[in-house]
Amino acid sequence: MSTLEVAPAEPRISGSAHTVVNDFSIQVATVNGSGSQTANSVLMRSIFQMGVPVSGKNMFPSNIAGLPTWFTIRASKHGYIGRKKEIDLLVAMNPETAREDVMKLDSGAAVVYDEPLKLNALRSDLHFYPAPFDKLVAPVCPDAKLRKLVRNMLYDGIVAWLLSIDMDEIHNALVKQFGKRKAKAAELNWGAAQAGYEFAARTYTKTDAFKIERMHANTGKIIIEGNAACALGAMFAGVTVITWYPITPSSSLVETLIGYLKRFRIDPDTGRATFAVVQAEDELASIGMALGAGWAGARSMTSTAGPGISLMSEFVGLGYYAEVPTVIFDVQRVGPSTGLPTRTMQGDLLSAATLSHGDTQHPMFFPCSPEECFTMSGDAFDFAERFQTPVFVMTDLDLGMNNWPSDPFPYPEKPLDRGKVLTAADLDKLGGFARYKDVDGDGIGYRTLPATNHAAGAYFTRGSGHNERAQYTEREDDYINNMHRLSHKFQTMRKHVPAPEVHYHADAEIGFVACGTSHYAVTESCDQLLAEYDIPASYLRLKAYPFTTELTDFIARHQRVYVVDQNRDAQLLALMRLEMTPEQIAKLRSIKYYGGLPLDARTVTDEIVRQEGK
Amino acid sequence: MSTVATPPPPAKKVNHIGLEVINYKGAKTTLCAGCGHNSISERVIECFYEMGVEPWRVGKFSGIGCSSKSPAYFLNLSHGFNAVHGRMPSIATGAIMANRTMLGLGVTGDGDTASIGIGQFMHLVRRNLPMIYIIEDNGVYGLTKGQFSATADLGSKLKTGVINDLPPFDCCALALRWGATFVARSFSGDKKQLQALIKTAIAHNGLSVIDVVSPCVTFNDHEGSTKSYSYMKEHEEMLQDLSFVPSFEEISVEIAEGEVRDIELHDGSHLRIRKLNRDYDPTSRLAAFTALEEAERKHEVLTGVLYVNTEKPNFLEMLHLAEEPLATLPQAKVRPGREALDEIMEELR
Repeated sequence: MSTLEVAPAEPRISGSAHTVVNDFSIQVATVNGSGSQTANSVLMRSIFQMGVPVSGKNMFPSNIAGLPTWFTIRASKHGYIGRKKEIDLLVAMNPETAREDVMKLDSGAAVVYDEPLKLNALRSDLHFYPAPFDKLVAPVCPDAKLRKLVRNMLYDGIVAWLLSIDMDEIHNALVKQFGKRKAKAAELNWGAAQAGYEFAARTYTKTDAFKIERMHANTGKIIIEGNAACALGAMFAGVTVITWYPITPSSSLVETLIGYLKRFRIDPDTGRATFAVVQAEDELASIGMALGAGWAGARSMTSTAGPGISLMSEFVGLGYYAEVPTVIFDVQRVGPSTGLPTRTMQGDLLSAATLSHGDTQHPMFFPCSPEECFTMSGDAFDFAERFQTPVFVMTDLDLGMNNWPSDPFPYPEKPLDRGKVLTAADLDKLGGFARYKDVDGDGIGYRTLPATNHAAGAYFTRGSGHNERAQYTEREDDYINNMHRLSHKFQTMRKHVPAPEVHYHADAEIGFVACGTSHYAVTESCDQLLAEYDIPASYLRLKAYPFTTELTDFIARHQRVYVVDQNRDAQLLALMRLEMTPEQIAKLRSIKYYGGLPLDARTVTDEIVRQEGK
Repeated sequence: MSTVATPPPPAKKVNHIGLEVINYKGAKTTLCAGCGHNSISERVIECFYEMGVEPWRVGKFSGIGCSSKSPAYFLNLSHGFNAVHGRMPSIATGAIMANRTMLGLGVTGDGDTASIGIGQFMHLVRRNLPMIYIIEDNGVYGLTKGQFSATADLGSKLKTGVINDLPPFDCCALALRWGATFVARSFSGDKKQLQALIKTAIAHNGLSVIDVVSPCVTFNDHEGSTKSYSYMKEHEEMLQDLSFVPSFEEISVEIAEGEVRDIELHDGSHLRIRKLNRDYDPTSRLAAFTALEEAERKHEVLTGVLYVNTEKPNFLEMLHLAEEPLATLPQAKVRPGREALDEIMEELR
């Protein structure tokens, strides 16, 4: 595999034997709050504009200023956009971490660093490029107060020279980043980038192997965060009531949505909003409002992360039993309280699937890309109203908060499916209705909306103690009948959830099952396993829970099935075990990663090789 | 066969939209005989009937507790939502945002509002969401058999002899301080006053908080209780004599200036406030705080209109919502066109 070909012979400080084109990782180590985000985005975007498949991952602390942060950019001509563990070019701007960052590098890597750090004394097998950042920034930024922010842009210029990134693309990316309104800031930063480039050109002799060459892989593509893609999906799905409570990493989902709603969802005839957004007092209230709105017939949503999911538990159970539609976006992250809130995890798969007390089952959608964030968010609103139940859209910090290249989103052609709602005219014909009666055999009753102008329209909504006519009951048979119908409704969902994406390899004994952002590591690992170990593997990517027959077929066709989880307790595997036969369960193996960083292919490959005994 | 002349059936009594009072009733109550909550349910039925509210336009909301069971006992033709404990305000907020034509009627208790639900109550107040919020306040948890709630008065005694040694939350004071625009206290045994207050709340365009002392005959109606019938008889101090003139009735009696204060409400109805023992300005929050503080020192339970503000914008107005319900906006209004997506995609390239 290409990622391994990089490993050079030691020592290699005198110059590369070969060049490595469009296939390496850059890591920028800075202090958070130093404005490095702009420089990093511009660098990533410039490579994107060079037509090279690229991804950016921000590893940041839960802090506003002063703690270490790393931004990795991966360029891959093969189109691998998952995280790559090995760093090929380090930009060391943080004195706190510089030594450790340098010591972790593989031989042959390149290091751009702030000269006073004297990192070149640490290793003899790396390519060092020192730059006096403070001296360089002073002439291009007369305002001393701004220098801290502008000095990062110097490394964009230096890296552009080292990697042969076209400076016009740096300029274009800067203009894109700052927009027309901040032309002055763009100009100031451009001056710094140029100064960096010129310094590098007159000072360095390039000895490392890495190079960007123009490709054409990004024609027509966009760059977007998963959170923004979910926001757009919700807006084009016609969401009308949005409730939220700020929490990392989901806040930007609703914040972005608010921006778009203000632009595209003010009724041009009346100047009034066709939406309501409430920043609630907590997640207890945000889910309550979303359910109240869903009950009253609005397309409602809330957005949160694990701690919010925990708080929403009781209400989500009521939503299940009262059969109220709403969409819950769960941008998953690590742990409660001060528990790595800025690190990614597939941490809520089990808890979301069964959230609340009593017997509860909730459908979940698992988008893996911005495009799926867009389309599946739309599908989730239809699904919630069709099945009259809370639906979870499970993303994670990696997908939600990082920038991803994506094909542009397709305009939704399907009309909104508002589900089984009886109007006053329907009630005239029917004479009445029983809210929780399974008329159609699919487990889904018909509902009316409050304020339906009809004397036969009303019903009383409560928890699990109701009969078909929504009357209060504590009778055993009523309770059991209702539980059976709810269970049947969940079975019906299996035929309507998004089907998994399946890639069968004809010779494969083993198969992968994964969901969400594990996708990128798994696809790359499949290639690694075949190329390096001659192990062919099939792959089934789940797009939803409840699971479908494609999953059991997939298990049947393989000897061993590796279920990939980004959590310690193999939550996806545990969910599968809940409904598999002993024979099926016997084939299941587990691959788990839970370090808080996006999953990388090498981790998966190494673990498969270990478990396969190769 | 001889023909017997049968008298024509008496004309059924209907309200001004042609509905009988039976259209405003609910299921038979399962609360204890003599429970104050049953009296409040009766007032709700009378007021909505007499005001001619279309029952299907009403959304009933409650949390958990004896009080929160009561929406099943009135307005059967209205949708109702029995939420989780203390969190009725959020359900009501979502529903009313989704359909602003709905008339929200929340019924809750002192445990539901002042203990587990105080957070949601305070934020509801802060938003001035247009709805009616009736607290059936008996100072104890009934359904769990008689524990103190957070409105129990300092020094009051449970049947078991336990003395409450924490001060009470005064829900009216909280509502006043943080933004409700109609705040009143009443007693479940005072039919006339409670009717005037509920009708005012129906007519008011903003959050109406009515704290009704509603004795629990089973767990808190004994000697030593401050929420008992006998305590209220001895300690109730009425601020005013209230009467209500709905918008559809002509005002027949001219009123002498100074004697009665007339407050015109959002729907054109009038609340007429006749002073009793004192001058009291119900449009002054400061006067309300002073009166509550004085009453507390004198161990009086002050009832009547504590505060009314007909000017302050409510939450829906602040959201600048479309006038038609969000819930049923057609697709053309809620899914932006193809050109909008094209524009956004272009920006992201």
